[in-house]
Amino acid sequence: MGYRCVVLVKQVPDTANISGQAMKEDGTVNRAALPAIFNPDDLYALEMALQVKEQHGGEVTVLTMGPPRAADVLRDALYRGADRCILLTDRKFAGADTLATSYTLKCAIERLGGHDLVFCGRQAIDGDTAQVGPQVAEKLGIPQITYAEEILSLHDHEIAVRRALPNGRETVKCTLPCLLTVVGSANRPRPPSARRMITCKLAATPLEYPELLKKWPEFGTEEELDRYLGERGLRIPVWNAADIGAAEDRVGLAGSPTRVLKIDYVVLEARESKEVPATPEGIFSLIRELVQDYIL
Amino acid sequence: MRGGTQHMEKRKEVWVFIEQEEGCIAPVSLELLSKARELADRLNGRVCALLLGHQVADLADLTIHYGADVVLLADHPELAVYRTLPYARVALDLLREREPYIFLLGATPIGRDLAPRIASAARAGLTADCTGLQIGDFENRGKRYTDLLYQIRPAFGGNVIATIVNPETRPQMATVREGVMRLDDPDNNRTGEIVRVEPHFDEADLALQVVKREMRPPACNLRNASIVVAGGAGVGCKENFQLIYELARVLGGEVGASRAAVDAGFISHEHQVGQTGVTVRPKLYIACGISGAVQHRAGMDQSAKIIAINTDPDAPIFRIAHYRIVGDLREVIPMMIRAYRELSR
Repeated sequence: MGYRCVVLVKQVPDTANISGQAMKEDGTVNRAALPAIFNPDDLYALEMALQVKEQHGGEVTVLTMGPPRAADVLRDALYRGADRCILLTDRKFAGADTLATSYTLKCAIERLGGHDLVFCGRQAIDGDTAQVGPQVAEKLGIPQITYAEEILSLHDHEIAVRRALPNGRETVKCTLPCLLTVVGSANRPRPPSARRMITCKLAATPLEYPELLKKWPEFGTEEELDRYLGERGLRIPVWNAADIGAAEDRVGLAGSPTRVLKIDYVVLEARESKEVPATPEGIFSLIRELVQDYIL
Repeated sequence: MRGGTQHMEKRKEVWVFIEQEEGCIAPVSLELLSKARELADRLNGRVCALLLGHQVADLADLTIHYGADVVLLADHPELAVYRTLPYARVALDLLREREPYIFLLGATPIGRDLAPRIASAARAGLTADCTGLQIGDFENRGKRYTDLLYQIRPAFGGNVIATIVNPETRPQMATVREGVMRLDDPDNNRTGEIVRVEPHFDEADLALQVVKREMRPPACNLRNASIVVAGGAGVGCKENFQLIYELARVLGGEVGASRAAVDAGFISHEHQVGQTGVTVRPKLYIACGISGAVQHRAGMDQSAKIIAINTDPDAPIFRIAHYRIVGDLREVIPMMIRAYRELSR
């Protein structure tokens, strides 16, 4: 039997590697200098879903909630083998914390009309909360398997999964549907396929049509472009709050119980410090100082 | 009306989830009891320890010694091994009954699995990986809230410190990493109340079964090390990481790593220092090829002495380092090893 797999992904600022260049003079971080990327853990989730489809049949649907430019990660998912992608975007979604986000994702998953397996990355690098996966599972009323490393077996409606924990491993089983949050040791995500990059090159959300027409005026009007993309499965649907039947008071800032009271920029006050020359003499006197101070 | 003046506002409850495995309480749970004690005293409230498991009743006194006034004890065979759904069920039933004001959990794999599940069902606000918790006031659109829990955490990859509040929803939930909160000494004379709870599970709560567990003791003792030699992305490759091991071995220290090094596959996650790893306070921390994102610094900036080795003179790590070495760690580390061997001869 085939499995209906849903993968939840996020576009995030690349906060992992802050180099000197991304630091401002005052010691704070220049956010604009950080590129937007596919959240790394979500690639493992997508890969696991694609492998389920390859081994058992079914389809892989990728959902993301974000601003219109988040369509970039959906195209990336198409290049890697996703069957269809949907962008959840609406001004009403802005300011969502994890509770409002998980409610929104739950509404969208229900709108899809059926799911056997929901995959998420372990966590997103911009918030590091690891909360959305379990919260989506709760809202869907299905079991969650966090830290999933490998699907050991999948038969009919029963799944066995090995979880990778910092202090060991655990094997659990349950019946479908269920939600998995996938760790980085699970697999090696396949790169975007060159063939799919060509066939899916034009994939776009209707929000991107004006820009696309500027590049390829030969498509004529937005209607004609929409028909062309629709016929080839290259239209990335955009769903808003009304489309997924989400209650307005439960999405975005309105649906978020948490409030940011204040943000303090981390200003690195340079400590009193000593420059040590990277020479044998310099290093020797450093080590000698540490030995004399009983630090070493 | 009898006893009209006796009417008392219900005392606010500060809950701590007690994480235990095979009769051993996780250190973070005891640290949270210390913090909860401080918060409850400030609120004139009570500390409740939420103790779930099987044959764990003898741990109740320990939680009282560490600051609990009340222990909510659910002892049941279905709770012997942690599973999300039965644990969440017990917590949620108690939550609805007692309406706690604050609920704290360790930011461990179990806490990070359980807390969001509970918060979602209770529609409560939850802040992950807090590095500070305080009581304070908040004003929003002309409405004033007093005595809220300030949930302080690094945000946006740790480049800012955010203070989060949950003005309307209860409980105010937060997870906290191990090693962040100070652990107070236990008072073996403290007394408290133990409330036994009879859990009720339905079929759906027990849908997931644990088939096999292979747990091992932690491979490294990073947390308590007095010297930590840590490598980052700048180490370049797994082979070069041997240099980090070698320096740690010579100096008698433990090996740490930045997240970038862990993500690159140079070393396993249990060595990760920082916001989603281990917090360390050694007397010497040697950061090799670590740029110093705040996530990382949050886990090590309390070290007594910090040496940073980096080829990028603008790397943020140099701002907190006591000794700055701008250079290639592949050259500098062997120099350090030679110097130390010579001096300790």
